[in-house]
Amino acid sequence: MTVRGTDTEKLRAELKGRRFKHPGEFVIIFVLTACAAATVLTTAAIIFTLFGETFTFFKDVSIFTFFDPRGEWQALIDPRDYAVIELVAGTANVVFWSMVFALPLGLGAAIWLSEYASSRSRRIVKPMLEVLTGVPTVVYAFFALTFVTQDVLRPLLGAETVPIFNSLAASLLLAVMIIPTIASISEDAMANVPQGLREAAYGLGATRLEVASKVIFPAALSGIIASVLLAVARVIGETMIVAVAAGSTPNLSLWPLDTVQTMTGYMLQVGLGDAARGTPDYDSLFAVGSTLFVMTFALNVAAGMIVSRFREEYE
Amino acid sequence: MTQSAIESREEAALSSTAAMHAAGEGPSIGKPEEEICVSIDDISLWYGQKQALTHVSMEIAVNKVTALIGPSGCGKSTLLRCINRMNDLIPSARTEGAVHYRGANVYESGVDPVEVRRRIGMVFQKPNPFPKSIYDNVAFGAKVNGYKGNFDELVERSLKRAALWDEVKDDLNSSGLALSGGQQQRLCIARAVANNPDVILMDEPCSALDPIATLKIEDLMRELADEYTIIIVTHNMQQAARVSDYTAFMLTDEESSGKLIEYASTSLIFTQPREQRTEDYIRGRFG
Amino acid sequence: MTDFGAGVRLRAAGAVARRQAFSRISYWILLLATVLPLGLLLYLGYDTISEGWSRMDWDFLTSYPSRKAEQAGIRSSILGLVWVLGLTIAIAIPIGIGTAIWLEEFAPKNRLTALVKLNISNLAGVPSIIYGILGLTVFVRGAGFGPTILSGALVLALMILPMIVITSQEALRQVPPSIREGSLALGATRWQTVWFHILPGAMPGIMTGTVFAISRAAGETAALIMIGASAFVAYDNTSVFEDFTTIPIQIYNWTLRPTGQGFQPNASAAIVALMIGVIALNAVAVVIRERFRRD
Repeated sequence: MTVRGTDTEKLRAELKGRRFKHPGEFVIIFVLTACAAATVLTTAAIIFTLFGETFTFFKDVSIFTFFDPRGEWQALIDPRDYAVIELVAGTANVVFWSMVFALPLGLGAAIWLSEYASSRSRRIVKPMLEVLTGVPTVVYAFFALTFVTQDVLRPLLGAETVPIFNSLAASLLLAVMIIPTIASISEDAMANVPQGLREAAYGLGATRLEVASKVIFPAALSGIIASVLLAVARVIGETMIVAVAAGSTPNLSLWPLDTVQTMTGYMLQVGLGDAARGTPDYDSLFAVGSTLFVMTFALNVAAGMIVSRFREEYE
Repeated sequence: MTQSAIESREEAALSSTAAMHAAGEGPSIGKPEEEICVSIDDISLWYGQKQALTHVSMEIAVNKVTALIGPSGCGKSTLLRCINRMNDLIPSARTEGAVHYRGANVYESGVDPVEVRRRIGMVFQKPNPFPKSIYDNVAFGAKVNGYKGNFDELVERSLKRAALWDEVKDDLNSSGLALSGGQQQRLCIARAVANNPDVILMDEPCSALDPIATLKIEDLMRELADEYTIIIVTHNMQQAARVSDYTAFMLTDEESSGKLIEYASTSLIFTQPREQRTEDYIRGRFG
Repeated sequence: MTDFGAGVRLRAAGAVARRQAFSRISYWILLLATVLPLGLLLYLGYDTISEGWSRMDWDFLTSYPSRKAEQAGIRSSILGLVWVLGLTIAIAIPIGIGTAIWLEEFAPKNRLTALVKLNISNLAGVPSIIYGILGLTVFVRGAGFGPTILSGALVLALMILPMIVITSQEALRQVPPSIREGSLALGATRWQTVWFHILPGAMPGIMTGTVFAISRAAGETAALIMIGASAFVAYDNTSVFEDFTTIPIQIYNWTLRPTGQGFQPNASAAIVALMIGVIALNAVAVVIRERFRRD
């Protein structure tokens, strides 16, 4: 028998009756849900905008022309041609050369921070590296054009070999921009390698270099690959450095001392110009944008999949 | 606790041995003679596919201290958290059965767990005062539940109930985190009491504390039973023997998880347990 | 040198010595790799400061852009940047924190919520120029806002929204679950728990992440150029419906002028001004993070 004097029915009603005591709570939850919905809406808007106008573009320009590996990109002046391969080549050019510099330096930094540095050194150097990510890219663009091309490359190699706009200057500063990303994510991956592995290797008489290169690096490989994919995605999406320093001339070339135009560089050019709405010139902006979006999206997704599979291995 | 107090309590328990009738699962699950405040009716719980509680039924007397004991992993904390629906916070937890608080089933559809927790408070194993002042800690529950009276009086009253007032009365604005472990736990008790609950659940409240702080809180439990119904989980058998009126022994073994093995008045369970497994546990043969 | 009698030596020799030598050298090589980009940045920064110093004076900060390099200044750029950042903050912070709270405290733990989280982390990787295209189509042309501060702020807000959500989520997750349990056990509702305990506890982390995001928005150029903010602005902004320019856009403009026109010192000085702002913002964020780390 329950406690004397309890009005059980009243109690039951009280236990259920909260909904109307705090109506404000529902409003708040609704507002919060709306905020989250905004993010979904943003993606929908991006996809709808990009692919919608791309569809219009392909009414005027054949899809085979766009993907023709032997065509040229000549928009905005006659004779028009819309083969995206030249812009993709420009992007590939700066990606390749920036990685040539960024990979050794970025991975070297990651190894040093993870395996060699004392915790005091790490505490000083790591934030300093993060500073590099905080520098606005237009500043790097300025450096590339004025100091690297003007003050170093042209005097060093001669003004005939080095055009004012060249891929190398852009690639160098892209490398500076992207090294902290590679270093930081790779270092995290290496730090997650179980200490037991290190101790076992040292216990067998391996030197620090051998432990770092033969044990830790392979063990952290998936995280390192993910960092590289993310870095490539960021370089592909970067606009200002290439628009200012690499040039506005589409060029099917991987030579670092050539003037090239990347996908992003072209998109900026259209944005600065007065291509009229509805013309293939204007719509080409979206076609190139879609290509860019698909590439960076694929790389980000791939990096994410690698990271989650890599987390499974250690849990 | 004076010796005579302990003795008189034991006497009272012994005299109610006849009062534990056979009920439910068989002679080992008793039913208190007093009025029943909380009735656990055939509760089973799963974490995903893994069962943690199996058909537990017991009735808890009003204004008494009831202890849940058993080896670790036996489900006693899980059962405690069923009473105030704290297991709702775990996404994979699924509960079947009912818990009747003063006749009303807290698992009935439409019941708001927030209302349940206003009436059934909880003190946790590791003291968890908010990173706020002592005053704000104690006043918080009352504040969000619409208390309209004088907060200063409420805070003083609650801290006195929790035997903490004298130690902190000059410094109510200092942070709750600056107190010692035992003081923090008493602050948490004051916080629970200020909310004016009916039942107070305590999940191993002393396991993170030193022996002196532990004794202070054990004394507190007995005093609080005058006004509230206290249900505690403890892994310390001596504590259960010192403090509680009724004790329930739970077990998880190969056959079933989270089963109630025996439930009787405390003195009976510790002197003449009916089940072999209860006796084995009490004699320290496992767990 | 220890000699254990039977010819046992503890000093490395031969192949082992070689491996040790490589290892010791590698320390310095890798250290060089680590500090090389920093050194390069410092060198370039020093060059820029020494070049920009000649142009940096009160006139520079208070003059509008001009065709004559000596008279051109960043007055309108500073004002435009302050206006657009202010509006960006007002839009992005509530929505960002709100989304983070929803994700961590209120959203049901199902696949739909997981998709929302995945979507946000993908948005974080979208190039800024694409946000620019989005802004051009939806805000400048679609909604008819034109190349104004309003459009610019909306674009920047969308761009930094994923950053704010992710860092705020992280900050909310750091609040110990025992606090949440303690509050709920007293009969507080989920929102009361968030408002009185979780949000205050996460605030330092949220602020740090937010300031970093603002600093990112301050340096953004491509997205704003795409929405048309590269106009030659020779007035002070007084409303969000006006055309505008920002310091990064001004830097871009001056960088591309032919060398003979003498705009390079202007660009350098503008960079110095911008970097002071960005460094100040980042320093604030770091100070907040470190001050509350000690608690």
